[in-house]
Amino acid sequence: MPDDTDQLLRRILTDVLGLKPGQADAFDADTGLFGHLPELDSMAVAGLLTELEDRLDIMIEDDEIDGEMLETYGGLRAFAEAKRAGK
Amino acid sequence: MTPSSWPCPLPAGGTCDEFALQFDAGRAVRLLVVPALFDEGNRLRRFTVEVMRRLDVAGIDSFLPDLPGCNESLQTLAAQDPTDWLDAMTAAGRHFGATHALGIRGGCLFTPARLPAFHYAPVKAASILRQMMRARMLAAREAGREENREDLAQAALEHGITLSGYALGADFYRHFEPMTTSPDVAVIAQEQVGGSGLWLRAEPDENAGQAGALAALVAGEFRE
Repeated sequence: MPDDTDQLLRRILTDVLGLKPGQADAFDADTGLFGHLPELDSMAVAGLLTELEDRLDIMIEDDEIDGEMLETYGGLRAFAEAKRAGK
Repeated sequence: MTPSSWPCPLPAGGTCDEFALQFDAGRAVRLLVVPALFDEGNRLRRFTVEVMRRLDVAGIDSFLPDLPGCNESLQTLAAQDPTDWLDAMTAAGRHFGATHALGIRGGCLFTPARLPAFHYAPVKAASILRQMMRARMLAAREAGREENREDLAQAALEHGITLSGYALGADFYRHFEPMTTSPDVAVIAQEQVGGSGLWLRAEPDENAGQAGALAALVAGEFRE
């Protein structure tokens, strides 16, 4: 089964950040997220994580949330892929 | 659209005036709109009013009261209890002569039982609190403090808690947490409205297409 995590993740970020279609395609592994985008505050990140859980069918424990996974797009994608693989 | 007020019952007896927005032309269908809660309420307020505007064009009156302690209300949020909110929405419905109710997200938890209702993208109270708790833990972590869910929940039950800037009393937290929406109400899912829910947005946003779609779905229920 091909892994669609990357695609789903870009779609969720599009919804949370209100991006135009296609805009999230420009994100690469080093694109900064939490701490880099002013609109991505703690409330928005909390919403983002809830959406990740719903749409990727995963559960994210509080102690799994750290600065590294939220700091860049690559970090978040690696976390989401690992979660889905380990489920 | 006109600003209005209505007498909100107080738990200790008496009333106090609360704010509402209304589209009132004395028409047959009169819709009480119960707004989304807390942060989602801010993000969805413009959307909610845009839906009301379109309902007005479709020949439906609508009323958007404040929940006590929220928006323009001068009551103390920390002193509220979910029962007070239910009583308040029931009183608002009666004052405005509502024939139906429309709940938006967490507002679906507070549509008066006596009115036939529509629930737009309803959400459980526990889900709202879970997300607000998570936001609080993230903010704490960013500030170099460690908070965990168990301790926060315990503190909330003992003396209330401030989440996303909203001071919730211990009684509110205790009684709100287990609340779920009534299963007997017609649900309008986000998929029917199209696109992704505006409550997800990091910043308040608007979407004419979604507002039109939700108003059309509600208005469609009253067409013969």
